[in-house]
Amino acid sequence: MQTAKVELIGISKNFPGVVALDNVDIAFQPGEVHALLGENGAGKSTLIKIMTGALSRDAGAVLINGKPVELDSPAAAQAVGIGAVYQEVNLIPSLSVAANLTLERQPRRFGFISWRKAAEDARVALKRLDVSIDVERPLGSYSLAIQHLVAIARALREDTQVLVLDEPTASLDAREVERLFAILRDLKARGLAIVFITHFLDQVYQIADRITVLRNGRRVGAGPTSALPQVELVSLMLGHELQAVEERRPPAEAKAEGEPVLSVKELGAKRVMAPFDLELRAGDVLGLAGLLGSGRTETAKLVFGASAADSGAIRVDGKPVSIRSPRQAIRLGIGFCPEDRKREGLMLELTVRENIILALQTKRGWLRLLSAAEQEKIASDMIRALGIATPDADKPVGQLSGGNQQKVILARWLVSNPRVLILDEPTRGIDVGAHAEIVALIRRLCAEGMALLVASSELDEIVAFSTRVAVLRDRRKVAEISGAKIERDDIVQAIAAP
Amino acid sequence: MRLDPPAALQAPTRRPAAAPKFSEWRAFWPLLALALILLVDAFISPGFFTIRLVEGRLYGSLIDILYRGAPTAVVALGMAVVIGARGIDLSVGAVIAIAGAVMTELIHAGMSAPAVLLATLLVSLICGLWNGALVALLDIQPIIATLILMVAGRGVAQMIDAGTIVTFRSDFFSAISTGRLGPAPSRIVVAAAVYALTWAAMRRTALGLFVESVGANAEASRLTGIDAKFVTISTYLISGVAAGIAGVLITSDIRGSDANNAGLWMELDAILAVVLGGASLNGGRVYIFNTLIGVLIIQSLTTSILVSGLPPEYNLIVKAIVVFLCLLLQARPVRQAVSGMIWAKRT
Repeated sequence: MQTAKVELIGISKNFPGVVALDNVDIAFQPGEVHALLGENGAGKSTLIKIMTGALSRDAGAVLINGKPVELDSPAAAQAVGIGAVYQEVNLIPSLSVAANLTLERQPRRFGFISWRKAAEDARVALKRLDVSIDVERPLGSYSLAIQHLVAIARALREDTQVLVLDEPTASLDAREVERLFAILRDLKARGLAIVFITHFLDQVYQIADRITVLRNGRRVGAGPTSALPQVELVSLMLGHELQAVEERRPPAEAKAEGEPVLSVKELGAKRVMAPFDLELRAGDVLGLAGLLGSGRTETAKLVFGASAADSGAIRVDGKPVSIRSPRQAIRLGIGFCPEDRKREGLMLELTVRENIILALQTKRGWLRLLSAAEQEKIASDMIRALGIATPDADKPVGQLSGGNQQKVILARWLVSNPRVLILDEPTRGIDVGAHAEIVALIRRLCAEGMALLVASSELDEIVAFSTRVAVLRDRRKVAEISGAKIERDDIVQAIAAP
Repeated sequence: MRLDPPAALQAPTRRPAAAPKFSEWRAFWPLLALALILLVDAFISPGFFTIRLVEGRLYGSLIDILYRGAPTAVVALGMAVVIGARGIDLSVGAVIAIAGAVMTELIHAGMSAPAVLLATLLVSLICGLWNGALVALLDIQPIIATLILMVAGRGVAQMIDAGTIVTFRSDFFSAISTGRLGPAPSRIVVAAAVYALTWAAMRRTALGLFVESVGANAEASRLTGIDAKFVTISTYLISGVAAGIAGVLITSDIRGSDANNAGLWMELDAILAVVLGGASLNGGRVYIFNTLIGVLIIQSLTTSILVSGLPPEYNLIVKAIVVFLCLLLQARPVRQAVSGMIWAKRT
């Protein structure tokens, strides 16, 4: 396969009021995995969109093998061999795999689509990735990992030179990531240049040959992976030194004491979660650890009343209560930040201010509206306290970056002043800086006497803030680890134990 | 930092600087469209803007637009609320017919006029409850759920009227619909009152925020503790009562219940007004003022066609073309091009 070097030279892009990219140079070599790193808002997505023809650039040039090319549409980018898979897989779940793979280039026979040929084409396309599945079945019936591979197969044509993958591993578990990496190594060996955008730094060191770091629209660092140790990389991305790992450990003595604020006995739902017990005291951070599908989200939702339990009892302050809906949970002083921000958390069309006051307003009921001045004050206090990056409180929340959206949901619950806060994957899909801030926030809330239940797929994070850890496996609580002995290895063993 | 909401609720700080500007911007395009139509009227018909006081009552083309637009405005305000919660109410025309039939029947039964009014509004509230229950409790798609009453409701009205046009005489209802309150036609006052009530419900209680929240993301609203079913049902109740009020105005106007024609196609004008006001059928926003502008665009268009002396067979075509142009003006690509031209001229 003849492959080419793709260079972007002096790329600049301005949006009203924002310099998204400022004179960025970057070159993608054949046969290399090139990690493109940076915080949210660093300009990664803008760069990718310019490269794939989805956005026009204000200045700069794109060269392929030294020859300038014009990328004024996604089709033009594909024609010169640049293919991309975006973070949110934009395929159609209800259509068959074959239909998805041949969308807008269906093979024809007498002017009609030839589905037999389409299925053949689809099989060939998947074969390149060493995937063999039934291409007649609807895409939605396959796992997210397979759907992602189908998306890659779709982006990958015979003549693809550069493959751009935006957060391809965000929704994959460890085994699926390994499989994806094996495929990437194979593509690399065939001479493709792969652009890999991720926020998992360990994956960068597993797969990337070269790293480019963007910050505030500028290239702040670039070089071979071997020349960039992780500490240096993080400091480049953040612009300041990350605190030493030791300092991020929780205080040795857990402050949690007294009667449990929330106690759950034998709570469960058939085929969802086996009955489990939990206790939360003021100042507790109970981590929920487990693999994908182990029941972390299910546990959180059962406690919050977001999904129906069919057994068990809940006590708040020792008094038996019934929690059959989120409404009742909120009245009892429980808050819940869901994992899927866009689907279950945010009202994207509403402003930052409206999103922030919503839970407090719900508690007050519909008759006692917070005045404009009160709303403004609450919103601006929270924007300042959590460092939400937004020009003003009246911007629709859909226009913020992922990390800032997460902070808006956290702010929503903090203003409602809950005693128990349930966080489901509070750091998913957000950048390193916001990640560290949210971990710090969890520890501060805990120190102020809030009780937290935090589900996370990142063990290091769980170890960093938990006072106790509940370990889940196959929708069952299998262990609880507490006190000074919360170590990564203990949790791993509890997860792996037969 | 302290995350202490009670403390955070104290002294008000500066007023939001960006908010008023933004709302002006939202109303700008519908207002521009309205202004252009009125401007054309001024050329076609000299004295279009003249308002005279005859025998203590205001007359003039502008007053006529408000007068004729009042029932549509009342219906459209309710529709704006329903659409804000990502619903739609196709049954408003049928509810107008039902309200007219019920009202006429009760007048003939000898009930006192205020009691008739209350009973009629109660019936339209029940119509709204029916729609709301189908959508919120049975989870039927709004367009289908309200289609049921759209079709059946007119049938119910025809049954109440026993298939004829039943007329009546009532000074009370004539006063509401065709009378005047001071110099102003009373139905304009009724529409203004409905506007004020809708505004108060949406902007002076949290219901508006909850409606928009449910419209923007129903599942997230549930997880934030909003009673989405209650909110959804309320929107249909509001729309139902609004249609009932319009029904009273229309029926009192002709002093009779015409189940076949009362409020016919009114749902389409109402939806069109909401959309002309810049709202999305995907919900998430209730634009009360803009909806009113949308109604005025539709009504001033109808009135202009009348005063222009165009043969009546051209009415629908001209209306469709102008509505299309209005929507074109609001389409993002066109807006950007127009803004670009304005900027280019300034520099």
